[in-house]
Amino acid sequence: MALWLLILIPILAAPLAWMGQQWSRHAPRWIVLGALAIDFMLSILLGGQHSAVQASGHGAWLVEHHTSWIPRWGISLHLGLDGLSLVLILLTVFVGIVATIASWTDIQSRVGLFHCHVLLALGGVIGVFLAIDLFLFFFFWELMLIPMYLLIVIWGHAQRRHASFKFFLFTQAGSLVLLVAIVALALLHQQATGRPSFDYADLMGLTLTNETARWLMLAFLIGFLVKLPAPPFHTWLPDTYAEAPTGATIILAGILAKTGAYGLLRFTLPLFPEALSEFAPIAMGLGVVGILYAAVLACAQTDIKRLVAYSSISHMGFILLGAFAGTELALQGVMMQMVAHGLSTSGLFLLAGALEERYQTRDMGQMGGLWSVTPRLATMALFFACASLGLPGLANFIGEFLVLFGSYAAQPVMIILASLGMVMAAIYALGMMQRTFFGRQQDTRTAPDLSNVAFGTLLFIAGLQIWLGFYPKALLTTTKPVMEQLVQHVQVSANPTHVPSESLLSSHIVTSQESTP
Amino acid sequence: MISVLWLIPVLPLAGFLLLALCGARLSRQQIAWVGCGSVGAAAVTTALVATDFFSLFPARESYQQTLWNWIDTSGMTVGISWYLDALSLLMVAVITGIGFLIHLYSAEYMAHDDDYARFFAYMNLFVAAMLTLVLADNLLLLYLGWEGVGLCSYLLIGFWYREPEYGTAAQKAFIVTRIGDTAFAIGLFILFTQFQTLSIQQVQSFAMEAWPVGSNLAMIVAALFLIGAVGKSAQLPLQVWLPDAMAGPTPVSALIHAATMVTAGVYLIARMHHLFELAPMVQEGIAVLGLVTLLLAATSALVQHDIKRVLAYSTMSQIGYMFLALGVGAWSAALFHFLTHSCFKALLFLAAGSVIHSLHHEQNIFKMGGLRRHLPWTFWTFLIGAAAMSGVPLITSGFYSKDWILWSVWSSPLSHRWIWFGALLGALLTGLYSFRLIFRVFFGEVRTQPTGESGLAMRLPLVVLAFLALTVGFLEMPHTLGHVTLFSQYLSHALPTTELLPGMDESSEAREQLAVTVAALLGIGLAALLFLPGSLFGARGTDQSTSHPSVTLLQGGWGFDRLYDRLFVQPWFAVTRNSSDMVDRGYEWLAVCAESCHGWLSHTQTGHVRWYAATIAVGTLMLLGLFAM
Repeated sequence: MALWLLILIPILAAPLAWMGQQWSRHAPRWIVLGALAIDFMLSILLGGQHSAVQASGHGAWLVEHHTSWIPRWGISLHLGLDGLSLVLILLTVFVGIVATIASWTDIQSRVGLFHCHVLLALGGVIGVFLAIDLFLFFFFWELMLIPMYLLIVIWGHAQRRHASFKFFLFTQAGSLVLLVAIVALALLHQQATGRPSFDYADLMGLTLTNETARWLMLAFLIGFLVKLPAPPFHTWLPDTYAEAPTGATIILAGILAKTGAYGLLRFTLPLFPEALSEFAPIAMGLGVVGILYAAVLACAQTDIKRLVAYSSISHMGFILLGAFAGTELALQGVMMQMVAHGLSTSGLFLLAGALEERYQTRDMGQMGGLWSVTPRLATMALFFACASLGLPGLANFIGEFLVLFGSYAAQPVMIILASLGMVMAAIYALGMMQRTFFGRQQDTRTAPDLSNVAFGTLLFIAGLQIWLGFYPKALLTTTKPVMEQLVQHVQVSANPTHVPSESLLSSHIVTSQESTP
Repeated sequence: MISVLWLIPVLPLAGFLLLALCGARLSRQQIAWVGCGSVGAAAVTTALVATDFFSLFPARESYQQTLWNWIDTSGMTVGISWYLDALSLLMVAVITGIGFLIHLYSAEYMAHDDDYARFFAYMNLFVAAMLTLVLADNLLLLYLGWEGVGLCSYLLIGFWYREPEYGTAAQKAFIVTRIGDTAFAIGLFILFTQFQTLSIQQVQSFAMEAWPVGSNLAMIVAALFLIGAVGKSAQLPLQVWLPDAMAGPTPVSALIHAATMVTAGVYLIARMHHLFELAPMVQEGIAVLGLVTLLLAATSALVQHDIKRVLAYSTMSQIGYMFLALGVGAWSAALFHFLTHSCFKALLFLAAGSVIHSLHHEQNIFKMGGLRRHLPWTFWTFLIGAAAMSGVPLITSGFYSKDWILWSVWSSPLSHRWIWFGALLGALLTGLYSFRLIFRVFFGEVRTQPTGESGLAMRLPLVVLAFLALTVGFLEMPHTLGHVTLFSQYLSHALPTTELLPGMDESSEAREQLAVTVAALLGIGLAALLFLPGSLFGARGTDQSTSHPSVTLLQGGWGFDRLYDRLFVQPWFAVTRNSSDMVDRGYEWLAVCAESCHGWLSHTQTGHVRWYAATIAVGTLMLLGLFAM
């Protein structure tokens, strides 16, 4: 039940936040913060309480909950929490808090409705990270999109209609492909066993012909690549990130992109391990193209939000690269990169939003020399620019380097190419600093520096970046068992001659029987 | 006491944190105390650690200390761990010692700057990063320090951020060195993939077991490391950032050139010497690169107008000597030249800063002159620095270190005779450009009236450094002169001794030394003839508007900037001029198609019943026709 609480708290608090507007202007904001704080505590409790189970090596899920929903079609309310989902839920809640703080002064109209949508979207995302019934997963997958769309179209900037439409079309097209593949999987299960099933564990045990596996894998890949995003499906992102209100951009960049990465790790890799060896070079190639292509475009931007948006695509390339490298080290790097990127882009978008709020422009050509005007803002921007260019000692460095170290053996040439992204990252990150904060002052208006709350938030994120940069163990030990099993599962399934000593599948069945009421 | 080793990098880091977080609330005096104090405390800690090291390890082995496991997952174990041996202790001593003197000097030099706290924060971070680099036990931690010094150099070169050119210089420094860093990182990927470890000692012992001398992988990794080293140490072909790095305040230049940053490459090669010994071709490449750089830089230094640019090119040239020594396997000689160079180059920069300070930030040597009488302290210390750099025999440290390098080049089996002649020509040029500065700045008529000598905080470091520039050379003296081997003995456990060709005896050493001495003195004499006002050609040299193409070429550092501009910068700007996404055009085209189809079809919606009835009829007929067929 605790897992349902994680999802339901934000969703139930959503109408409350809407109503809260009548009580006071800030009431909705506090309701969001309160709901997220409770969620945060709850997920930490769940994670801590059950880590003993994990240590004993019994079962894949820390916590699991299973209730039948539509038995005729094999659909159930099946939630499961493991290290992977725990880390991402914590990130979701944290980024949600940052987004709320970022909208504190930015959002002044229909405050209640805005925060209602924020909570609904976050609830959807948490659902995505917990659902291990594919139908339920798809339900949450769609649930998070609609409030996101509304956030962009109602509170966005000048080009919001175009941007939100593009966002919706791309993500819906991706979802459609995914839905077809999910239904096909359920029907294939019916063919094989006589009953349809959407359950993760059931579908993992399904043996597919190579041809079918290839097509389904492709569909699962595309569905998630759109969200990640990876080229050539990335073009919705810069428009959307630039036009969305800052709070929504932070949620989009910090969390929504991670749902794509999560999908790859949770579904694409384990469900189709046979097709993996065939697709891995292509997917890794796409990752490298994403890193380099987006970095070049980031260097070309004059709009600060678009620059950060392209840098974001570039960083997601490392995730794609590492996910398909097939080594545990690279997968751990992917985990780190997800969290690190969530933190660093949240910070950068918060700063970009603060600049836009002060100067009513995102054009860096009209900025310059702001270091002396807003020293706090400039210092924090310098910090996050360093995080973005992968400075050692910060979390992004750990993520990127673990991916590169872990993938070199598989694809040396690709890794060398991807490393060139480090030089380009320096060019765009320092270019951003130069055009915005250094040089001569273009706009002589004075603007207030960051508020204490925003500054404190950024300092806190910076602290997390440094903590994870010097002590990544905190995160990596949580996700290690999941990644270990994933690699084992993929290797065992890819080489059927190798007899599995302890099948991932069997442990799933055991736990789901135990917890079925 | 050796267990406080971790404090050495942590103290300057703490200074940085304190200044960064509460710098705004501290008074100027407090800032100076924190800034200088943290580095000073690190220097004192170094002294304590050193005494302990000498008593605990009489044979100068190594001491390791692990603070915590940095990365420990999935087959990768990397610690935040320090490694102290004779080599890293030498580096640490120079960084903290010289670093402290530079900090002390800055306390007065920067006294009127608005961003006093920011300056000291960056300086402290710079020292902390460099200490991490040299104390790192594994390559990943070394890489952390490596990138850290890159960042700090960027911050300090662009310290006066209001000038866009300074910002450009700062970015150039970071990006050019990052190209080297990336090569270095790829080297790390290969090493880790091969040996599953990044510990410097383990990697090298595994490499010596697994790779035969001259094997491909050893060559590739050594070459990648070399690219990293030339980036940081401003050697060909990644040297272009260093002359522009003069944009930063003068103490920053002193720090970059003497104690941190540019010596990192020398350290890396010395630290990884087992690896480089497995790749003789790469090692030969180091020597050739060093020689070419030292000659290019020395000729460029001859024609510069800016006092700091002369010194910048001189650093490139002196580091070239160190690379040359590394290339011929004279590891200790390279480190000895590093030690003497740190003393005299810090001295020269600080003295130059004192000149600039008293001339209201005038840096053009053609607007200087006759400062000998007005700035006696600065003159004498600058003179000692220049003499040491030119290698004035017997009394200066530069003589002993350069002589050692040239003797190694002469007698090493890894070297060639023509390399020695090139290096000898470099020694002559060094004397020439060093004393060109002396004669231009301190002799002749006064062109800009100085405000007078600076205060104690600036003079004291000058005197201390001048003393060191004269005396550190006595740590190692050749067979022919006293035969002191304190320095090479000290390093003997960390670095292999230099091999000599058979038949190299004292008489050939004496002859070789004579040649070096003559070259240095000839350079100084030539400088006196050409540039000393009142001498034979002295008057002609005052003309500063020489625009002979060859002079312009030399002034621009042999045109590398222009070449790279054509080859890389312009194409890059051409690529990034267009901010629109090509892939997006494809999707836009789809949208346009859909819209125009929509446009055509909407024409059919006329509202005329007749038209609808007619289309229905025609459609039905067509369908029937289709079925009939």
